Amino acid sequence: MVDIEFLQEKTRQIRVEIVKMLANAGSGHTGGSLSAADIVTALYFYKMKHDPKNPQWIQRDRFVLSKGHAAPVLYAALALSGYFDKSLLNSLRKLGSPLQGHPCCKNLPGVEVSTGSLGQGLSVACGMALGLRLSGINSRVYCLLGDGEIQEGQVWEAAMTASHYKLDNLCAILDHNKLQIDGACSDVMNIEPVEDKFLAFGWNVFTIDGHNMQQIVDALNVAESIKGKPTIIVADTIKGKGVSIFEGKAQYHGVAPTKEELEIALKELKDGKS
Amino acid sequence: MGKVECACTLREISDFYGKDMATRDAYGITLVELGKKNPDIVVLDADLSCSTKTANFAKNFPDRFFNIGVSEQDMIGVAAGLALTGKIPFASTFAIFATGRAWEQIRQTVCYSNANVKIVATHGGITVGEDGATHQALEDVALMRVIPGMTVIVPADAYETSQAIFSATEYYGPVYIRLGRSKVPSVMPEDYKFQIGRAYIFKLGKDVNIIANGLMVAEALKASEVLNREGIDTGVANFSSVKPLDEETLLKIAKSSKLIITAEEHSIIGGIGSAVAEFISENFPVPMRRIGTRDTFGCSGSWKELLNFYGLTAENIIKTVKDFFRR
Repeated sequence: MVDIEFLQEKTRQIRVEIVKMLANAGSGHTGGSLSAADIVTALYFYKMKHDPKNPQWIQRDRFVLSKGHAAPVLYAALALSGYFDKSLLNSLRKLGSPLQGHPCCKNLPGVEVSTGSLGQGLSVACGMALGLRLSGINSRVYCLLGDGEIQEGQVWEAAMTASHYKLDNLCAILDHNKLQIDGACSDVMNIEPVEDKFLAFGWNVFTIDGHNMQQIVDALNVAESIKGKPTIIVADTIKGKGVSIFEGKAQYHGVAPTKEELEIALKELKDGKS
Repeated sequence: MGKVECACTLREISDFYGKDMATRDAYGITLVELGKKNPDIVVLDADLSCSTKTANFAKNFPDRFFNIGVSEQDMIGVAAGLALTGKIPFASTFAIFATGRAWEQIRQTVCYSNANVKIVATHGGITVGEDGATHQALEDVALMRVIPGMTVIVPADAYETSQAIFSATEYYGPVYIRLGRSKVPSVMPEDYKFQIGRAYIFKLGKDVNIIANGLMVAEALKASEVLNREGIDTGVANFSSVKPLDEETLLKIAKSSKLIITAEEHSIIGGIGSAVAEFISENFPVPMRRIGTRDTFGCSGSWKELLNFYGLTAENIIKTVKDFFRR
């Protein structure tokens, strides 16, 4: 029995950490970190086999944050999982911090690969899935993509590879928040119909509400039972989710909350005390 | 009927000593031997496996070979993913596509993650021949050398290639090895032991020292014979390891030189000529002349014609030395 309420509470805590660390850093990517919070929570606190005390555990499931600018959501999940002390989140983007603006695996246990230049993570996830299969390790690889990100051609090269090599131990999740830096994806460079594209590339495709924990959990579980092809979960999300002043606003893609905005955010996230 | 020696009799590194053959052929054979010894070796190619010679490996180890199709960027990313699960991937394609098309993937995903990926590119340089400029990589060494954490190797012959492939396997971290299409003469002596970051001095000259790599080592040796005969004391060193640069040996060479010549099948911008110039100008300035292509694309022609056309010959080295002393 999945404790959906527990996961919802974790998601809330992760959103609180995201806005706090971003406001403290004074820069960073608010919108796309908040939109992915439910998905990342479901992975780290429900679905993935992993051991914060042994980040290199060979049997672990792998998570590739292809949309590396959402580093704060990953850092929050790692901290709350116990990979490192929560106080380290205050060092985000500061000189000498292992919490780089975009994730670097050389500095921080729990980060599987350095990402941040868009479009590269799905290829790495394919390589991991191939490597695990070759070694007979029954682990899964999860890869979080942004919707603006899939404008990168390499994503489709990787989509071909995943399908060609029948990587059913690979599950991609699209944080489909429909906004990118310059505005709506549909205005900047239309990516629709996303589902049809992945279907045509030979993938199994689910579409869910990316803020409905039950739907996320169900999709992740069913994906595991699909054999012979990779799965992508197209998660319909809201950029800036959880804080009304950020929700659905492209301008909060790469901007951190101000002190005043942080107060509003914390109040809305029902954590005014902390 | 006399005994015909074919490439398939080559097994150990030592078998490559004295063999005149294309470095890509040495790679293809070595890879199969490596595959037998080490089950973690996996190989990737981007639809050029017959040209890069990884097809040999594919035939022997189909489960450990991944053709990624004509998508070099994805190939490099997949290689990184394989490396991050403990495999030792060798990713191959033509040098221009490996280092040009997939440069940012190599920088961001491979090197910034310190993933244990070996990029072994063939068809480096002008000797690609008739295919022309689009397929002739004259900038690849520069592109790889500039990335932090990347090791860059340009072997001179089959014997050195085979050793470099084994060394790259034993070393943890990203490595770029640049190989050629055309047959090259054997130049390295039997007792030669390749080491990453170590240059090899054939002879230390008192007047001139020629620092070369790749197929230009053979040309440098030819040039030095003529120059020595004519009374110009000329040495030759093989700087196959472009990065890390053997600074100790380079300083020794600089202190023994009235003139340093660098010779490479690459643009004079960014390759071994640049690396040498950067080091000696800061540490022990000596007059220098760089032999290489000069800020230009290549063109179609037979590889021998092209070497002449771009001055990548012993004759041009000799002329450059003589012009210097005639000043």
